[in-house]
Amino acid sequence: MCHQTVSLVARHLEAHGIATVILGSARDIVEHCGVARFVFTDFPLGNPCGKPCDVAMQRAIVGLGLDLLESARAPRTTVQTPFVWSEEQPWRDNYMRIEPAGPSVATS
Amino acid sequence: MSGRGVDPTHRTFVSYIDKSREYYLARGYGNPYRWAYFDEVPFASLQRPLSQSVVTLITTAHEGVDAPSFRSAYSIPSESAPVSLHTDGLFWDRLATHTEDLDSFFPVHRLEEFVRAGRIGHLARRFHGVPTEYSQRKTIERDAPEVLRRCQEDGVDAALLVPL
Repeated sequence: MCHQTVSLVARHLEAHGIATVILGSARDIVEHCGVARFVFTDFPLGNPCGKPCDVAMQRAIVGLGLDLLESARAPRTTVQTPFVWSEEQPWRDNYMRIEPAGPSVATS
Repeated sequence: MSGRGVDPTHRTFVSYIDKSREYYLARGYGNPYRWAYFDEVPFASLQRPLSQSVVTLITTAHEGVDAPSFRSAYSIPSESAPVSLHTDGLFWDRLATHTEDLDSFFPVHRLEEFVRAGRIGHLARRFHGVPTEYSQRKTIERDAPEVLRRCQEDGVDAALLVPL
C-alpha cells in the first residue's frame, strides 16, 4: 500500500513539473498505477534502498535513481537493479501465504 | 535458461496485487481492493543538470503511530535528519528483514554523500512524509497537493520517493 501512496504523490509532482523517481520493491503496484521513473529492487518489502548496513549497495541503488532522473526520456521507465536478496528465496512465498494461521507478514 | 530456482512458468517478481486479492478472497472477502490504475502517466524532465538541482526525499515512514505524522503529511528539516523513523503500522516483511538501518529505506546519508561528490546540487530544505492510505482519494486530494506545495516553496527540482 505504501507503493501505491508514493506512486500517487509522484504522479502529482510530475504533473506540476517536478521530476521524480521511485525506489521500490513492489513492482506490480507501481507499474499498475503508472509512474514516470521507477528503480525496482527485487527484495522483500522493507529495504528498497539496499540491505541494512550495506553502504555500497545502498549507494549503487540510490545512484541508479539519480541516473534515471537524468536519462529517462518517457514515462513508465523502469530499471531493475542487479541485486539478489538471497540464493534461497522463501520470502517470495511467505507474503500472504494462504493458510489457516493467517498472514505470515504482519500488517498492522 | 533459469537460475536460482526460478520457475519460468511464473513471473519472477512477487505480485502483491494478485497475492492480496487471492488471500482475501480465500477468507471470504468478495470485494477485492481496486488498486490505482491510470492510462496516462505525467512526465517532467529535469529542468537543469542534477549537479545544480535541488533534491528532496519523500517517505511513508513516520514518527510513531501516535504522532500526527501517521495520519497527515509532515516535513523534517534536512539539516537535522532523524537518526531513525518508525515503520510500524506499515506493510513490510518482518520475517525476512528489519528496518533498523535508516538508509535502507530513507537514504539520507547516501544522498548527502552524492551532494558532497557534486552529483546533486543541494538537498532541499525539507524532506517529507506521507501517510499510507487505503483511500486513494485522501492521497490524491489531501496529501499529494500538500507535499507539492511544500516542494514548490522549497524550490525542489526532483524528488526521490521511497515506500516501505
